[in-house]
Amino acid sequence: MAEPLLSVRDLVVEFPTRRGTLTAINKVSFDIHPGEVLGVVGESGAGKSLTGAAIIGLLEPPGRIAGGEIRLRGERIDHLTREAMRRIRGKRIGMVFQDPLTSLNPLYTVSQQLTETILTHLPVSRKEARERAIALLDRVGIPAARRRIDDYPHHFSGGMRQRVVIALALAAEPELVIADEPTTALDVSVQAQIIDLIKEICMERGASVMLITHDMGVIAETADRVAVLYAGRLAEIGPVHDVITKAEHPYTKGLMGSIPTLSHDEDRLVQIPGSMPRLTAIPTGCAFNPRCGEAFAKCHVDRPDPIERPDNRQVACWLYEKESAHV
Amino acid sequence: MIAFILRRIVQSILVMLVVALVSFSLFRYVGDPVATMLGQEATLQDRAELRERLGLNDPIVVQFWDFLSRAVTGDFGLSYRLQQPVMELILSRLPATLELALISGIVAFIVGVGLGVYTALNRRGVGSNSIMAVSLIGVSLPTFLIGVLLIWVFAVELQWLPSFGRGETVDLGSWTTGFLTESGRASLVLPVITLGLYQMTLIMRLVRSEMLEVLRTDYIKFARARGLSNRAINFGHALKNTLVPVITIAGLQMGSIIAFAIITETVFQWPGVGALFINSVQFVDVPVMAAYLLLISFIFVVINLIVDLLYYVVDPRLRVDRAAPGH
Repeated sequence: MAEPLLSVRDLVVEFPTRRGTLTAINKVSFDIHPGEVLGVVGESGAGKSLTGAAIIGLLEPPGRIAGGEIRLRGERIDHLTREAMRRIRGKRIGMVFQDPLTSLNPLYTVSQQLTETILTHLPVSRKEARERAIALLDRVGIPAARRRIDDYPHHFSGGMRQRVVIALALAAEPELVIADEPTTALDVSVQAQIIDLIKEICMERGASVMLITHDMGVIAETADRVAVLYAGRLAEIGPVHDVITKAEHPYTKGLMGSIPTLSHDEDRLVQIPGSMPRLTAIPTGCAFNPRCGEAFAKCHVDRPDPIERPDNRQVACWLYEKESAHV
Repeated sequence: MIAFILRRIVQSILVMLVVALVSFSLFRYVGDPVATMLGQEATLQDRAELRERLGLNDPIVVQFWDFLSRAVTGDFGLSYRLQQPVMELILSRLPATLELALISGIVAFIVGVGLGVYTALNRRGVGSNSIMAVSLIGVSLPTFLIGVLLIWVFAVELQWLPSFGRGETVDLGSWTTGFLTESGRASLVLPVITLGLYQMTLIMRLVRSEMLEVLRTDYIKFARARGLSNRAINFGHALKNTLVPVITIAGLQMGSIIAFAIITETVFQWPGVGALFINSVQFVDVPVMAAYLLLISFIFVVINLIVDLLYYVVDPRLRVDRAAPGH
C-alpha cells in the first residue's frame, strides 16, 4: 500500500502526577492513508481525544508524549519545536472540536477569525483572504455567506457554528482533519448533515479524516476503517464493515451488541458487565480481562500485542494467537 | 439600547437624590453651624438673626428643596470656615485631585494589566511567583503606611523626590496643572504610587485569574489548533476576552481612587479636594462636606454609566443591533 499520510507507532502518553505516572495511552499504533476516513471509537476515557491531541501537539500539560513516534508523510512531528508544530497546525492538520458553541471566540466576527487563520498560513493579501473566507463559508453551507461573514458567532445557531468551525479547520487546506466528536453537542437532526459535510468536503480536497466519536452509527456510515480503543490501548482495527459485522475482539463484540437497532426486536440491549478500569488500576495482562467472558490464564499475565488478521485487520487478543499462527 | 441608557440615567438620578438627602441632613445633625460661625461670645439675638438668614427656621422639606435647586446650579453656599463660595473652593482644588487620580488610575491599569498578563502566561516562573508574593503586600498594606514608607525612603533617606505638595504649578485659566513643571511631575511620583498601588495589585490579580480562565476555554484551544501565533492568541484572543470583566472593576476603581485620594492627599499634603474635605471635617464646615459628598457620588455615578456603555463597545453579544436570526 502507498505511504500512509499519518503513521502513529507505539504512541505512549503519560501524565506525571504526585502519586506516580499515569499512562493514558499505551503503545497505540495505526496508520491513516491519504483520502481515508479513520473512525476512532471507545468509551469515555479510552484515550480517543488524547490521541488526537497528541497528534496535533496540543496535549495539556503535564500530559506528554513519552514514547513512540508520529509521522506525517514520513516526517516525524512528535519532536518538533513549538514554532514548527504551530506551522503544521491548521496548515497541514486541521481540527474540529466537540462544542461549536464554545469553539469560536465570541468577541470576533466570523470574518476576523477566518481571515486571521488564512493569513497565518497562506501567502495571500487581506482582500484575497476575505474572498477565500466567503467561498469557504459558502462551501460549508452558510446561506448568504457574503452578508453573514461579518456577523459574530452568537448570531449563528449551533449547527451553523459547527459549519463555521469546519470552515476554519479547512481554511488552509490541511491534509488531515481531526474531528473530535464533532456532533456530540448538536441536535440529532443536524448531526448527519455535519458528518456528511465533513466527509464530503474532505473527499473533495483529498484530505484524510480522523473521526473521533463514541457513536458507532456515525462510524458505520462514514468511516473507511475503524480503530477501537480500550483503556488507552488499541483493541482492534480494520475495515469498518468487517469490524462491525464480524467483530473479533470480545470488547468490540460487546460494543457492537450494545447498539440499539430498530430492525431487531430485542427486549434488552446487551451490555458489557463492569466498567472500564481507571488509569490507576489497569489490570496486568489484557486490560479487558476482568470484563471478558472468554478470558483465560494467559490474558491475566501477558498483554496481547495487536495480531495481524486476514483482510488488513489487527486484533489485540490472545484468542487469535494460535489461529493466526496457522494462517 | 436607548431604553437601557435612559433606565440607567433614571437610576443614577435616584442615587444622586438619596446622596443629596444624606448630605442635606449633615446640615441638621452635624454640629450647630450657627455656633460654629458666630463663636461663643455671640448674643442670642445674633444667633436668631443668623438662623433666620440661613433659612434654618423653614420647614425641612422647603429647606431640602432649596438645597436641591441651588445644588443643581452648583451653588452650595458659603464655606463656614473660609467665607468663600464652596463651589469656587472645590473648583480651585479639583485639578490637583483629578490629575493625581487620573495618573494613578492610568498607571495602575497599565501596570496591573501588564503584570497580570505576564504572571498568567508564565504561571510557574520565578518572576511571576515573586510578583504575586509582592502583590500580597500591596493588597494588604494600608495606603497611609505605604505613603509614609515611600516618604521615608525616597524623600528623607535618598532625597530623590519631594515629600509634600504639588511643586510648581502652571495656571491654565481655571485649571492649574502640575504636569508642565519638573517639580510638579516629581511631586506626583510618590502620591501616584501610594494611591495606585492597591488598585494596581487588585487589577493585576484580577487580570491574572481571568486570563488563566480564558486560556482554558475551548476557543483558545481551537485558536491554537488553527496554528495562530502565540502573540495573536495571547494578546488578541485571550486578552480581549480577559478585559471584559476587568473594565468594570477598573472603572469602579477609578471612582474609589478619587474618593480615597483623601488619605494620600493628607499624607502628602496634596492641595486637592480630599485635603479640603478633611480640613472641613475638623471645622464642621458642613457646606463643603455636603458639596464634596455630592461631587464624589456624582463622579461615581458618571463613571458607572460610562463603564456600562463601554461594555457595549467591547462585547458584541450585548449589542442588539439587528434582528439577527440564527437558524
